[in-house]
Amino acid sequence: MENISNPKETLITLIDIHKNYTRGSETIDVLKGVNLSICKGDFAAFMGPSGSGKTTLLNLLGGLDVPSKGQILIENEDIARMPEKKLTDWRARHVGFIFQLYNLIPVMTAFQNVELPLLLTRLSKKERRRHVETALAIVGLADRMSHYPRQLSGGQEQRVAIARAIVTDPTFLLCDEPTGDLDRKSANEILDLLTRLVNEHEKTVLMVTHDPLAANQAKVRFHLEKGELAHFDGGAA
Amino acid sequence: MAIPIMYNIRSIKGRFSSAIVAVLSIAGVVAVLVAILAMSRGFRETLVASGSPLNAILLRGGANSEMESSIELSQVRIIADDPSVARDLSGRPLYSAETVVIASLPLKSTGTDANVQIRGVSRDAMTVRDNIRIVSGRLFTPGLSEIVVGRNAQASYKGFDLGKTLRFGGRDWTVVGVFDAGGSAFDSESWCDVRVLNQAYKRPDTLFQSMTVRLTAPSALTALKKTIGTDPRLTVSAKSEIAYYEDQSGMVTTLINVIGFLVAGVMGIGAVFGALNTMYSAVSSRTREIATLRAIGFSGGHVVVSFMIESMLIALLGGLAGSLIILPVNGFTASTINWQTFSHMSFAFSVTPGILISGIVFSLILGLIGGLFPAIRAARTPIATALREL
Repeated sequence: MENISNPKETLITLIDIHKNYTRGSETIDVLKGVNLSICKGDFAAFMGPSGSGKTTLLNLLGGLDVPSKGQILIENEDIARMPEKKLTDWRARHVGFIFQLYNLIPVMTAFQNVELPLLLTRLSKKERRRHVETALAIVGLADRMSHYPRQLSGGQEQRVAIARAIVTDPTFLLCDEPTGDLDRKSANEILDLLTRLVNEHEKTVLMVTHDPLAANQAKVRFHLEKGELAHFDGGAA
Repeated sequence: MAIPIMYNIRSIKGRFSSAIVAVLSIAGVVAVLVAILAMSRGFRETLVASGSPLNAILLRGGANSEMESSIELSQVRIIADDPSVARDLSGRPLYSAETVVIASLPLKSTGTDANVQIRGVSRDAMTVRDNIRIVSGRLFTPGLSEIVVGRNAQASYKGFDLGKTLRFGGRDWTVVGVFDAGGSAFDSESWCDVRVLNQAYKRPDTLFQSMTVRLTAPSALTALKKTIGTDPRLTVSAKSEIAYYEDQSGMVTTLINVIGFLVAGVMGIGAVFGALNTMYSAVSSRTREIATLRAIGFSGGHVVVSFMIESMLIALLGGLAGSLIILPVNGFTASTINWQTFSHMSFAFSVTPGILISGIVFSLILGLIGGLFPAIRAARTPIATALREL
């Protein structure tokens, strides 16, 4: 198992994770015995060529998919064996998702998009408003609350998506190519924001990226090749 | 808390060109259903309005309608003497012994012959049926070949104009008056002296087909029935006039309702496919949105409910549109054969709030059926796969 030389508390542990798909009579092994651990407060990047299993790994970590074999221990709870209903509730409490194409609901304003995850909580309308305003203020969009996604730039849309991901104060954030659809300037702003969330708000961020510049912002980098963890780099870029 | 309904409302608005197909097809079904129910309701109301709670109708025992009934004068007299029958100020019992015949007369609209019901009535008929009044001319003179015609009969048939003479039953009849029966079935009839009608049709003077009596109170019907049951000379049966006309409307309204629901059902199948198409298209175009909602933590159940609500909102729009389209038929007058009397009867379509609610409930059922499978598909799509959809 690859261990991160970090004195912090371990948040995520993957033990011998396999994931395969069956296409007709053919079985495709996407992940082949991945072992890794990530600590609280880490900013980890997963890199690798297309088809190396990065997004599959991210989906498994987010409880969007289940492994064919192995354990996914998050705060010592194995999510790989959770029933679907429990897994859905677990996702709502513990994971904040950030997608490459932002995945905002186009017919909802920035405020309403950010409020969505809070609708699954017991918070009152007033408390929800306070949380949404705080999240949007953190991403610097307090003045764009009533804007629809189509009225925002790509970078602003991704910041709304980040606000939606952090509004419930989840255990960790999963980012799938968060800068993949942005120009360099906007991409840097998003990476700075993610770094700030780690440094100032003690968030744990796991990011899949093709972009070496984005990966350099992370504290640790995992390299995947053909479904296996080739190496990791825990030093500063 | 569920996915906000505002998401569905705005999504429908955002892709209204797709939703309009389902809205229009459901509107068509609801319009047809409401029209047919309004027709059935109007027919029934017209017949039921002919009855009064204070009146009882007597027919030969076992007879279901006047057409198959006969009552002898001797029995009419016994019943008229019963204390349950109301009397006028001079103490005379209020009743009308009646005969009905069918005459074939040309319709104004097509020129073809149609059956009109001619009712021979006793002199107190207008007192017994106090909702009927002469609106022009006068009442027929007893003993003369004169008739008064209902407003709808006058509007429907040629030769019913005031002062005109027409021929049926082997003699000429003069139209001396027009009466208004308050939208009841009597409006489609013509009335004359029962004795003259019996003579014209060569029927015995002492034989009638029905007898309508004014009761001292609605509850007096029980006493009248008791008299009939205990007096061996009487072979008649008594019924509240309202119940009688309700029964009369049963066959035609059932027929209209069955045909109506069959037509609406067949059209409804088409509309369900319209709704299915719209909702499958909605699910397909929003695959990534749905997956995002699932990833955030909304369950498959939340997604099913949300898409069902969306489908039912579309159906509700269709239901409301269909109801609005068909609302102007309220009060529209049509005529049909009354299969109990084999004569034409005019009636007005009656679009009631209850019928509109039925139409809207039907549209919601169509929306429910049309939305169910697309909603289940939306909830079952694997999240990880769906998130990659563009």
